[in-house]
Amino acid sequence: MKLITAIVKPFKLDDVREALSDIGVQGITVTEVKGFGRQKGHTELYRGAEYVVDFLPKVKVDIAVADSVVDQTIEAISKSANTGKIGDGKIFVSPLEQIVRIRTGETGEEAI
Amino acid sequence: MENQIFELQYALDTFYFLVCGALVMWMAAGFAMLEAGLVRSKNTTEILTKNVALYAVSCTMYMVCGYAIMYGGDILLSSITGDGVAGAAEGEAATYAPSADFFFQVVFVATAMSIVSGAVAERMKLWAFLAFAVVMTGVIYPMEGAWTWGGSAVFGLYTLGDLGFSDFAGSGIVHMAGASAALAGVLLLGARKGKYGENGQINAIPGANLPLATLGTFILWLGWFGFNGGSVLATSTVESANAVAVVFMNTNAAAAGGLVAALITARVMFGKADLTMALNGALAGLVAITAEPSTPTALQATLFGGIGGILVVFAILTLDKLKIDDPVGAISVHGVVGLLGLLLVPVTNDGSSFTGQLIGAATIFIWVFGTSLIVWGVLKATVGIRVSEEEEYEGVDLSECGMEAYPEFTNK
Repeated sequence: MKLITAIVKPFKLDDVREALSDIGVQGITVTEVKGFGRQKGHTELYRGAEYVVDFLPKVKVDIAVADSVVDQTIEAISKSANTGKIGDGKIFVSPLEQIVRIRTGETGEEAI
Repeated sequence: MENQIFELQYALDTFYFLVCGALVMWMAAGFAMLEAGLVRSKNTTEILTKNVALYAVSCTMYMVCGYAIMYGGDILLSSITGDGVAGAAEGEAATYAPSADFFFQVVFVATAMSIVSGAVAERMKLWAFLAFAVVMTGVIYPMEGAWTWGGSAVFGLYTLGDLGFSDFAGSGIVHMAGASAALAGVLLLGARKGKYGENGQINAIPGANLPLATLGTFILWLGWFGFNGGSVLATSTVESANAVAVVFMNTNAAAAGGLVAALITARVMFGKADLTMALNGALAGLVAITAEPSTPTALQATLFGGIGGILVVFAILTLDKLKIDDPVGAISVHGVVGLLGLLLVPVTNDGSSFTGQLIGAATIFIWVFGTSLIVWGVLKATVGIRVSEEEEYEGVDLSECGMEAYPEFTNK
């Protein structure tokens, strides 16, 4: 099992969710985050004083998947979140040791 | 028949005073929302508490001794009889209820005091501020009010009215006075941590809620119709009704002129339409016309407001360059433009003179700034006026009020 974490642009969330749904992914967790990669921030102005905003708002999507669908999931996210412009985000894949469904107590791949 | 007409006029003028007073009271909500919108979330509860409390303190202190100092009479309003006709002064029957006069006056005191709360926001101790409010509304404001609207001589030396000083609704008496007290406080308080950098940098500390700030501005705009309109002091004759209409029209025109001028100035200077400058511009327009809203034409009122709108943008930037930290622009809007308002009076009012206006402005400023400096100084030396660095970092909501304005981020 793997935990796929994708950081995407907020307005792309609906497209990503739909794409994941199309390949059969049934559950995701979404968090609002802020960050930056190589996309720099921008300057804003408040009452004549300029200030640099380093962080940009992004959305983090966490999905627990079986090993067999990792590649499909990555492809679905990449395609749907892509705009071609800087700041599209990244996908991280990490190993997932255990999953438990709280309501029923199911574990492992059955709990996905 | 004549008596019935007199009674009707009495009732109408009394009613008018009360409604206008209620509109000025509503300005307290305007200040509260404007300030709440321009501070950070962690300081919102405190500034709201400050605003509601200063309103209440103002009303109480003015009732206790302020009104008596300003207009004569006994403390605790004991000389205001309930029946204006019986409580006549100098053989003339009153034309409106004495309590209505108090009610209309007391809300002006609260307005003057409210100007201070924005300038000292985010780093002042709440109770030190309220202690200052007690003195400001009980003594400092009533004294300069006595020398102006009260008609008394300034320590027996000269009478401003005789020198041609004229301030219709209080650009100087209320707004510049409030700003003078604010300036004294801010100079002794110091800037917010992180506002000014070591190399002359000016750091932005953006307000948390611009919708509230905008709402507050519109509320102030509405309330100002009572502020200026009520200062006609009557509406039950053709003459006074006409004056009221002109005052409403000009008050509105000046606000509009100020807003547009400030918006354009900000656009030209910064390349963007800064909403907070536009809001300050509208208020500046209102302050600029407050000293004389009845004699200009609508076009003149718009232009006067416009000058105020341009001036306020530059004043805000200049104060920051001087490292005088004013989170809401109160000193610029009410002080700098308050002075402008006074100096614009002779342009359309022949009964006043530039000399008279300058002497009046100087009198008000020196008195209010000087006494405020002393009171702030005493408070600073005894109980302290500034919260600790850690409290400022955590937010004064927690240190002064023990309560966050938006608690659900950590508490849900």
